Amino acid sequence: MSTVQPSAPKKIDYSSDQQVRWCPGCGDYSILKQVESVLAQHGRPKEEIVFISGIGCSSRFPYYLDTYGMHSIHGRAPAIASGMRSVQPDLSVWLITGDGDSLSIGGNHLIHLLRRNVDLNVLLFNNEIYGLTKGQYSPTSPEGAISRSTPMGSTDHPFNPLALCKGADATFIARGMDRDPKHLREMLERADAHPGTSLLEIYQNCNVFNDGAFELFTEKASKAANTVFVEHGKPLLFANGAKGIRLDGFTPVIVDLANGQATVDDLWVHDEHDSFKASILVRMFDDPREPGALPRPFGVFYVNERQTHETKMNAQVALAKEKKGDGDLDALLRGENVWTIA
Amino acid sequence: MDTIPTPRPKTVEAREKVVILFAGDSGDGIQLTGSQFTDTNALFGNDVSTFPNYPAEIRAPQGTLAGVSGYQLHFGSVDVFTPGDVCDVLVVMNSAALKANLGKLKHGGTIIANSDGFDSRNLRLAGYPDEENPLTDGSLDNYVLHSVDVTKLTRNALADTKLGMKEKDRSKNMFVLGFINWMYSRSLERTQKFLEAKFKSKPELLEANLKVLQAGYNYGDTSETFTTRYEVKPAPMPKGNYRNITGNQGIAIGLIAAAQKAGLELFYGSYPITPASDILHELSRNKHFGVKTFQAEDEIAAICSAIGASYGGALGATASSGPGIALKGEALGLAFMLEIPLVVVNVQRGGPSTGLPTKTEQADLWQALHGRNGEAPIPVIAASSPTDCFEMVYEAVKLAVEHMTPVILLSDGYIANGAEPWRFPEAKDLRPIKPPFATPRDSEEGPYLPYERDDRGVRKWAIPGMKGLQHRIGGIEKEDKTGNISYEPQNHELMVKLRAEKVQRIADTYRPIRLDSGPASGELLLVGWGSTYGAIRTAALELQQEGHSVAHVHLRHMFPFNNGLRGLLKQYTKVLVPEMNSGQLRQLLRAEYLVDAAGLNKVQGMPFTSAEIKAGALNLLS
Repeated sequence: MSTVQPSAPKKIDYSSDQQVRWCPGCGDYSILKQVESVLAQHGRPKEEIVFISGIGCSSRFPYYLDTYGMHSIHGRAPAIASGMRSVQPDLSVWLITGDGDSLSIGGNHLIHLLRRNVDLNVLLFNNEIYGLTKGQYSPTSPEGAISRSTPMGSTDHPFNPLALCKGADATFIARGMDRDPKHLREMLERADAHPGTSLLEIYQNCNVFNDGAFELFTEKASKAANTVFVEHGKPLLFANGAKGIRLDGFTPVIVDLANGQATVDDLWVHDEHDSFKASILVRMFDDPREPGALPRPFGVFYVNERQTHETKMNAQVALAKEKKGDGDLDALLRGENVWTIA
Repeated sequence: MDTIPTPRPKTVEAREKVVILFAGDSGDGIQLTGSQFTDTNALFGNDVSTFPNYPAEIRAPQGTLAGVSGYQLHFGSVDVFTPGDVCDVLVVMNSAALKANLGKLKHGGTIIANSDGFDSRNLRLAGYPDEENPLTDGSLDNYVLHSVDVTKLTRNALADTKLGMKEKDRSKNMFVLGFINWMYSRSLERTQKFLEAKFKSKPELLEANLKVLQAGYNYGDTSETFTTRYEVKPAPMPKGNYRNITGNQGIAIGLIAAAQKAGLELFYGSYPITPASDILHELSRNKHFGVKTFQAEDEIAAICSAIGASYGGALGATASSGPGIALKGEALGLAFMLEIPLVVVNVQRGGPSTGLPTKTEQADLWQALHGRNGEAPIPVIAASSPTDCFEMVYEAVKLAVEHMTPVILLSDGYIANGAEPWRFPEAKDLRPIKPPFATPRDSEEGPYLPYERDDRGVRKWAIPGMKGLQHRIGGIEKEDKTGNISYEPQNHELMVKLRAEKVQRIADTYRPIRLDSGPASGELLLVGWGSTYGAIRTAALELQQEGHSVAHVHLRHMFPFNNGLRGLLKQYTKVLVPEMNSGQLRQLLRAEYLVDAAGLNKVQGMPFTSAEIKAGALNLLS
């Protein structure tokens, strides 16, 4: 009899038997594929992985994976995941959310999740629109956005999601896009490796209600000129190396390397542990249609290893047990002042 | 040379039971004075029942009626079930306290008044007409009035300390407490020990408080105005070990006990709200039991974190009051839909909206039963007294865990803060709680079916980390057994039925319905629930003693009802439902059993007196 060696896990091992029901051409497919790929690469047993989502197109995600999963209620996944994480410190926990789910109805929970630094990976699918309710503007839609609920254009100023997260003291901030799977996969790996709340914003195209919202960043013809992919220890170069970003005090400015205006040595060198510079990086949020707009950054903006919430919570329980001994139920029932009636 | 005055001989009179109301500004330390005297009496062996009653503001305007804080204590050598309808003794620190509470004092009752609180400023703030001072104008002639300058006597006692005037005046309540201990022949030992613990790191404050406490006691001994002391003998209570407990303590201890018996970690997610916050405080002091407390960013996160913890295999619990429960509504529906254990406590207060945060009411019964979208029947149970809070939260955990469902426990501000003696159980005697855990397996056996049910309609609890049981659950309608998303019409109807049947079957586990008192059939049945227990019991016993055909049943299970309730209601000509709302249980009984139940309703933010219940019953009997 021969022994069968367990083969390395494949992507398909992490897929559930459920038919994926996103619209054909939706950016979500690409993200699902990369997540499956990262899970397979890690090879972590399926029962040790949990996906928790809120409500929205992206939040159907857990149904398509053969892991543990909860499709909860609108905006509340961070709170549910925080509770779960408190009692399950050893599992791999992923939180799937969208721009409406996490920045509108669940905005409060997101910022508190980040300040607490609960160890899980937040994948924020940003498509700048409400898809599941069929096309209303979202908290990330640009001012003036024409949608079904804003026929004359949105009057709301949008959130800058990563600036918001930086303001909430997030310990891991990154941005990727559905149309760059290789980079996305790298971002997913980095997010998964970070102990603490990893916030990965993913630009995701809704081809039905907001097609092309990010096309200047994602399409071959315009991508190089409008994006800058940051890497730790490397200068901020874009436009295929023809341009770069120099810091003029606190102000990022575009410099031309081709015409000798500046050299690579003049450029801002990305340091993902620099909190102040990360605050500038998240603020590089210009409308790419405006002349002279700064390129939109992608990559890991910021990493800070701060103790996680559940570590501190468990440490308190351990300390209480050390000081008072394991709880004695009879002593608790008895209390401090007992009298006896014989 | 100073002489120590020789104590005059004093007479000691026995009393069966006494009701004292301490009242003063909300910064006067009234709650502390009351709870200390309660503990002393309980330790002595009296039966006790208390009613703390204070304004919502932490420091309401001094000297005004709005700022009056009160603590009513009923203690006796016989069983006491309520804090008392009328007071025998009223202790007031200022004019406003007198004005607000004089109506609660019986005719001929005793008033002990801090005369310093009756200066022209205090009188004006309390709204007495100019030049009128009730302590001196003869308007209190129908009472026994003792006017004592507590402020001055306190300052005298501390004359040789270095404390500032403000700090000295802060110990006024200790003078009152010392004096009352003298009046009721009690030892100061219990309070002295308490002060030693409280001021461990502040020796000068400890010394001052002990001095003033003793000065108050000595004042009774030496002052010529007080010629009589009273004695309330221990109550003939069942044999056993006792402690004092408030309802909120009962809930905290009960949650820990139930989690331990079930072998589960306790996770408590909560957002601060009056009058439920003490549960969070108590639990956060007990982390050595493995308790995890999470002060969430809002009420929604509080319940959602508890849902997450239950999903993760712990016992998730949360508590709030009416407005917070309103915010938790959607998540309650999720917990119901997921079919996972969850305990939700509502310490009710006066509503609607912000309502009366520090006052009591029973007006959230319908909210508990119906406050969700879709058909989401959740078991609802109610605690009837501070000690019953322990019993009922234990029951809530047992039902939630063993039947895989959220359970709502209704308490209220009255029993949450009120205290009574508790013959506490031993851990080994607590009922077992058995979580229906799923059994891990090899995934090769085919997909796991998370919504397969046992003969009680209960699904298994499969916890992330368990091998081979990966599954997806959610708030969206699910296919029978598989849990996969399903919009199929017949499946939806089936699932609605299965979920409802599971909850309905919980009634099969109840003990048979039992009368609290009275004949098995007769003229009138009093049907109560929750904190009205003591007042209804007292009234029912009195009516029975007077020869009336009256029985009392007190409901613990508000949904589903006890299966025996239908038959019981038929045994009486008339049914009366006293409630601190406009008739919520009454309407449920009428709808469910077609019984012509009458209501006795009080919506004043204050508990019923037994006299009110008795009058209502007599009115219906006549």
